Amino acid sequence: MWMDHPGWVLFGTWVAALFTLGIATFLYKDNPVYKFCEAVFVGISAGYWFVSYFWQTLLPKLGYPFYAGVKTVFVGPAEWGWLVLLIPGTLGMMMLLRLVPKAGWIARWPLAFIVGYTAGLRLITFLQSNAMTQLQNSVQPVVRYNESGQFLGWESFNILLVTVGTFAGLFYFFFSQEHKGVFGRVARVGTWFLMITFGAAFGYTVMGRMSLLIGRLDFLLADWLHLIR
Amino acid sequence: MPSCWVNALVRCVIHALSPSVSVPRERARESRTLLRFFAPALLFLGLVAATVFAQAPNGGAAPRSVSDPQAADTKGDEGGSIMLRWTLSPDDSAGQVTGYEVFRAAKPDGPFKSVGFASRGSARFADGSTDDDSSYYYKIITTGPGGSTETAVIGPARSTAEWFNSNRANVLVIGLLISGAVLYYIASAKKGKKLFIRRIAGLEAVHDAIGRATEMGRPILYIPGIQDMDDVQTVAGVTILGYVARTIAEYDTKLEVPTSRSIVMSTARETIKAAFLSAGRPEKYSDDMVNYITDEQFGYVAAVDGIMVREKPATCFYMGAFFAEALIMAETGNSIGAIQIAGTAMPAQLPFFVAACDYTLIGEELFAASAYLSNEPRQLGSLKGQDVGKSIAMLAIAAGTALFTLNQILRAEWFASAGQWLKNLFIVN
Repeated sequence: MWMDHPGWVLFGTWVAALFTLGIATFLYKDNPVYKFCEAVFVGISAGYWFVSYFWQTLLPKLGYPFYAGVKTVFVGPAEWGWLVLLIPGTLGMMMLLRLVPKAGWIARWPLAFIVGYTAGLRLITFLQSNAMTQLQNSVQPVVRYNESGQFLGWESFNILLVTVGTFAGLFYFFFSQEHKGVFGRVARVGTWFLMITFGAAFGYTVMGRMSLLIGRLDFLLADWLHLIR
Repeated sequence: MPSCWVNALVRCVIHALSPSVSVPRERARESRTLLRFFAPALLFLGLVAATVFAQAPNGGAAPRSVSDPQAADTKGDEGGSIMLRWTLSPDDSAGQVTGYEVFRAAKPDGPFKSVGFASRGSARFADGSTDDDSSYYYKIITTGPGGSTETAVIGPARSTAEWFNSNRANVLVIGLLISGAVLYYIASAKKGKKLFIRRIAGLEAVHDAIGRATEMGRPILYIPGIQDMDDVQTVAGVTILGYVARTIAEYDTKLEVPTSRSIVMSTARETIKAAFLSAGRPEKYSDDMVNYITDEQFGYVAAVDGIMVREKPATCFYMGAFFAEALIMAETGNSIGAIQIAGTAMPAQLPFFVAACDYTLIGEELFAASAYLSNEPRQLGSLKGQDVGKSIAMLAIAAGTALFTLNQILRAEWFASAGQWLKNLFIVN
């Protein structure tokens, strides 16, 4: 393909490198170069996502199956399963009526449908993954022995810590109870557990971000400037 | 030549076994040299022989095949799975079977492709990669050190989805229990029973933050996360936006809501419009308050950062689902001196919000916010009902942990059985 030509590859690398530096100028302050890069980035990505949704969602999930279904009616043997596609198709059309000022209110119905089904669907997902699976894994003995009956001190301590943290955290997330007295003290322990967890997560995520930075510097120094190999 | 090697070998073995036998000195040196040469070879040959014989304890015969193989739809599931059952090979317990490999084909005459392996002692296998509209044929191949034997073709079998997934009956029961508690407390609240909700610091600050923006004459920036409306955090974020917008309408402050999803944009516009209407200021509403930027995560954050440094909002709200852009936005907001209130249930992003924002709603506090802010009986009852769910969870953890711990200390199987029964109530298949 013409895009694989070395000249185009070089051109692409230069464009990417200059835009990287253009976005990085924001670290100094807002400036015309950043505004230009921002506008290009937003415009291209919005266009890209529009095309992506059209070809990867709208056509394969609605357009092609609908066309194939209608075709069976005329060519045979007739199948009627495609009729169910009229529901999302109609909802989509109703959503587009937002563009017509007098019929804009019709767009509220598909929105209500989306919010409603999200609430129902996610309730089950959350109940399973965030509640039941967590609960199942939290049920374990806080005292551990190995097969020869020897007490495993560190392992027991770790499990005890997790169990206490789980309880204290749950106390913190009780909303219908004032955080006073014993309840309040346990909830405060929960806050400590949360903050320690956040501290550890902060360090862990910063490490991940450093790898992103290194990846970008690697692009600039190796792919663009060829200063490192 | 070979006879010469054999003679030498015999000599050195005799010498090795009978060190007391008197032999001439040269002959003895020759024997030691030969022994050094042949000993590793002998060892190697011995190991090879041992391995070969060990692999075929029954003289190299292939294990006998499984009997009574059956393939049928997996009952009580959502489709996409066919269950295969069989009676174990008679050689299974004798250690002559390594496992059962399951092959599948779309036609009885093949071609058959492996879809999985059941280990020795297993008499069933769930093929979870089937299409409900297709028929499948199976073969079960019993493998062992001595070879393998296969069954006749089994099938056809089709997978179907049942209306009720019996494997998840426990989810239904627990869901009904929590929903029942929610409905009960909603009904109580509607009857006038006062339901207490504890103070949430981040939400107490919402009024002050809006007031500050009003006094400074600067806009309020509201980010409802970067996920679509099928994420419950976005739903929570847009719900809180409704309350914030109503207060903004009363204060007559400028509001900006850049969104990264078109449906969120539509929902946010409807929400704000309704909020302005309920505040008695419908004329103040404008579609320009809510804009779609782009679905691209970093394109979106680049634009939001630009808005922040140019418009200099006095208050920034981040309520919803966030990823790597969380820190970039919160740090930019911090750099312009805005009061920042964040709320998310994304564990990896919470630390950044805690570090860079003035107030952070942690996890479930985000979902509790709308009830807290609105003080509506329906939402308060719902919150109280959720607390009942948490109580059930805590009781179950306490009881299960106690039972398993007692089993470890007292070595009484009864405790382990009871604990396992309790644990099984929460296993999701």
